[in-house]
Amino acid sequence: MTAERRPPKTIAPKKNPMKTQEPGKRSRNFNEVALGYSEEAVVAEANRCLQCKNAPCRQGCPVEVDIPAFIKMVAERDFTGAIKKIKEKNSLPAICGRVCPQESQCEKYCTLGKKYEPVAIGRIERYCADRELATGVTPQETMPSTGKKVAIIGSGPAGLTCAADLAKLGHKVTVFEALHVPGGVLMYGIPEFRLPKQVVQTEVNNLKNLGVEILVNNVVGKSTTVDELMSEGGYDAVFIGTGAGLPYFMRIQGENACGVYTANEFLTRTNLMKAYLFPDCDTPIRIGKKVAVLGGGNVAMDSARTALRLGAEESWIVYRRSRNELPARQEEIEHAEEEGVNFAFLTSPTKILHDQDYWVTAMECLRYELGEPDASGRRRPVPISGSEFIMDVDTVVIAIGQGPNPLVPRTTSGLELTQKGNILADPATGATSKPGVYAGGDIVTGAATVILAMGAGRTAAKSINAYLQGNGGD
Amino acid sequence: MYRILKKETLAPTIKLFEIEAPLVAKKAAAGQFIILRIHDEGERIPLTIADFDRKRGTITCVFQEVGKTTKQLGTLNQGDTIKDFVGPLGLPTHIENYGRVLCVGGGVGVAPVHPIARALKQAGNEVIGVIGARSGELLFWEDKMRQACSELRVTTDDGSYVRKGFVTDVLREIIEEENKDPALCVAIGPLPMMRAVCNLTREYNLKTIVSLNSIMVDGTGMCGCCRVTVNGETRFACVDGPEFDGHLVDFDEMTRRSAIYKSPEKQALELFNAGINHKCSCGGE
Repeated sequence: MTAERRPPKTIAPKKNPMKTQEPGKRSRNFNEVALGYSEEAVVAEANRCLQCKNAPCRQGCPVEVDIPAFIKMVAERDFTGAIKKIKEKNSLPAICGRVCPQESQCEKYCTLGKKYEPVAIGRIERYCADRELATGVTPQETMPSTGKKVAIIGSGPAGLTCAADLAKLGHKVTVFEALHVPGGVLMYGIPEFRLPKQVVQTEVNNLKNLGVEILVNNVVGKSTTVDELMSEGGYDAVFIGTGAGLPYFMRIQGENACGVYTANEFLTRTNLMKAYLFPDCDTPIRIGKKVAVLGGGNVAMDSARTALRLGAEESWIVYRRSRNELPARQEEIEHAEEEGVNFAFLTSPTKILHDQDYWVTAMECLRYELGEPDASGRRRPVPISGSEFIMDVDTVVIAIGQGPNPLVPRTTSGLELTQKGNILADPATGATSKPGVYAGGDIVTGAATVILAMGAGRTAAKSINAYLQGNGGD
Repeated sequence: MYRILKKETLAPTIKLFEIEAPLVAKKAAAGQFIILRIHDEGERIPLTIADFDRKRGTITCVFQEVGKTTKQLGTLNQGDTIKDFVGPLGLPTHIENYGRVLCVGGGVGVAPVHPIARALKQAGNEVIGVIGARSGELLFWEDKMRQACSELRVTTDDGSYVRKGFVTDVLREIIEEENKDPALCVAIGPLPMMRAVCNLTREYNLKTIVSLNSIMVDGTGMCGCCRVTVNGETRFACVDGPEFDGHLVDFDEMTRRSAIYKSPEKQALELFNAGINHKCSCGGE
């Protein structure tokens, strides 16, 4: 093992702890939960890194950040060098340091993790990014103008990454955003307490400083279409990164009762529209005493934790598998538990009950047990017949996933789709069936992670650049 | 920012804005809607498009001051700007030559029914318009509707103008008249009115299109707030609508869902009204 060839050094078996807001307090406010490392802590954590020559951590990173290199710089307190190194590969490190599922990516492959806790790569990344944001970002260099125009549809992680890369290469980039602020899921989906919106807007401003134009209130598929952008708009290429903007339902009775939210609505009202500041902000939200969130992913954790912050007395995750199968990021599960979110595992509703005014009163649920592994490799939940029981709740949030929003796919000619309505794109290039049109992120893969979307945005940017240099439309 | 080029008061609580939004005007069609947000702390509200002028690059919206946002909107004047304005959203009205069609507008619903009546007439239909309001002073656009329709009938609930009766009373008379045989009815107005129209036209098996003004957030099919049950299936008013076959709409559910935020809306309105009074009492003239 690489580690054994190095001079012996005493290694702390555990990650340096990161300060968090105290659970009892934070579960009632929307301020950020994880407070980040101090300089001393980040240097100590960087010193835990073994600097393995084969850098196994890098294979776990979808954008292949040179992790040992930036960690070495941090250990030497060269923070400017470290952030520069990160940004060679990752244009949104303040966001990734906060929301990447590191335990299933870089940290999963950390050599140290075989014996101890892995190096807290995400926390170190976050420190470097935050330090740069606090001291002012050095403008990145852009290449001379190529005279080529690229339209980016959607300003989420895929679109922002693609836009940044193409702008740096000298292309004229315009981002089309349907909502009134750029950021996509980073703004409407991920809560303030996990990803402060100021961090997102700072990254968006960095993009504007690269010369990227962002048009908000512009619904491609309605206000204009991809076809029109390419014909009348004079765009030489288009990248579609419109995300997973279509909520899935359980298809059970009572789902349209008052007090049943999709996670998209629940989180959008809270995050984008700031319903937690009502009546200072105009958008309201109704929160009951006992909230049930259906699902076990990050969106479900975000919803359950949001419910507590909005004033719910009890917040429950209702999940049909067991704790081991929860797809959410480890840290979010732990934070949810610390904050007092309850878990009803091996449980799924069959019916939502309501009163005569259509307000939710309870759910009828069924208990499950785990059977053989299914296609996803997780053990399949099997309902236990006759196990019906009533769970009293007055608010239900459906967080069982999202599909592709059809507005752009339906209005673009010559675009091949999958059966589920996702855009078919070559994973190696992002190219779609329509010449000059590329796609990436959740609209291609189905709901996944921020970093995978960024990786797809980066891949597409490379291909678009090659396409524009080759036969860029003239 | 989107500038208000013209403001008109159509009735005591009903206002008209002509708003500069060239990109929206370029694409707008009868039956579609826009979503606006007055300022940074504002909520997103959908308003059906009452008219559009592609040359001037404007959209006309008519709204009734009901809650805080619409009241606040009503305080804006010509030359003021609106922070966000997005559209056109939703599907346009399906326009074809049906023969004879009825276009019913109740209250503020007269505004969105107007461009539909006009488009149907342009497509060669004989358009019989029916407009009504609680009282004469709440009735507007009689002239515009007369122009957009082949024939127009007017009624008021209290009989203070033209005649006494609900739009459904007039509708029944028309349907019962000999040789009228309408092929389609389009009805836009408050939910109870659209529901009553549907109950009536169902008796005559007259296909009826209603336009649902559900509560919305994004308006692009992302949040699902505007969902409505149509023919037993969940549909989104923002992307599948806003128009649906009224005979298939679950009005019970729709009515309940429209009232979800009744109590916070009341609270917001009270605070807003108190704020205005406060300003008056200490600001002086």
